[in-house]
Amino acid sequence: MRTRIVVFPGSNCDHDALHAVKYVLGEEDTAFVWHKDESIGEDVDLVILPGGFSYGDYLRTGAIARFSPVMKSVIRYANEGGTVLGICNGFQVLCESGLLPGVLIRNESLTFACREVHLHVERHDTRFTNDRTLRKTVRIPIAHGEGNFIATDNVLADLEAGGQVLFRYCDREGRITANANPNGSRNNIAGIMNKEGNVMGLMPHPERACERMLGSADGRGIFESLRSFFDRESSVHLRERAMVA
Amino acid sequence: MKYFVYIAIERKEAILDPQGKAIEHALESLGFQEVENTRVGKFIRLTVDAAAPEAARAIAESASEKLLANPIMETFSVTEIIPIENSHRPAVHGRTTAA
Repeated sequence: MRTRIVVFPGSNCDHDALHAVKYVLGEEDTAFVWHKDESIGEDVDLVILPGGFSYGDYLRTGAIARFSPVMKSVIRYANEGGTVLGICNGFQVLCESGLLPGVLIRNESLTFACREVHLHVERHDTRFTNDRTLRKTVRIPIAHGEGNFIATDNVLADLEAGGQVLFRYCDREGRITANANPNGSRNNIAGIMNKEGNVMGLMPHPERACERMLGSADGRGIFESLRSFFDRESSVHLRERAMVA
Repeated sequence: MKYFVYIAIERKEAILDPQGKAIEHALESLGFQEVENTRVGKFIRLTVDAAAPEAARAIAESASEKLLANPIMETFSVTEIIPIENSHRPAVHGRTTAA
């Protein structure tokens, strides 16, 4: 799984993401891409936009990162079907770029929310959520001041109807309640994907929950899902090539 | 000619503004009972080199559409355009006309 992690000035979960993919999953071909790089490289399987405070969150979260040189090629890559995972600030960047609908605004409480939450995984048939460890309520930390997902009624109805909501905040028992909502997000939304299913953003930090030692290994399921997806894809690709030969 | 162009960016009415609400509660506790529906927005001043005020406005509006405001949740308006060279007014926003 050739993985590239974009580093913006102010990114602070880039090393966590690298650690999770390279050392926990053991995917050797994992590297950083600097925000001034104009290319993300060839044959990339996965691009991760990590958490942090890109460009100091000036103007709006993710608003300036969107115009950094590397984002041009990330947007092109996504539009051509490439797989992009945006975590926390990465999710905010994806919304500002227009790769995902809606926007993330200040938490309803006005406070920074930094704790573990429970998530209900809505679908198990996407490239991001197919791992069998995700077939339960998962426990993953959040750490954000602006994770309150909003969208117009029409956009929200489209997201729901299209099955684009992948994660919702819930309680320990998996009930999606107002009390379990840490930031005021509409419909308890914690993570969504685009219509095509190749771009996903979520506010919680799966990369911080990939090892038991850290309190939870539930986040690993997202990276394992992607790995199985690319393994299957490459075996199909090889079969097709063998048939042509 | 250079102009100061002032832009106000506001959240759409339908979008909750918890910060505005917190400020309003503080005002209420200070006795400002007359104040309601307090909203917090942004205020941006650009210095624009343009041939005429209307051209400066067009540049500021284009900048607002592309970057300064997010149309999903915000609206913007150019509130004032002031030629810099001809102005003896201080470089701050606000009407300073003497009574």
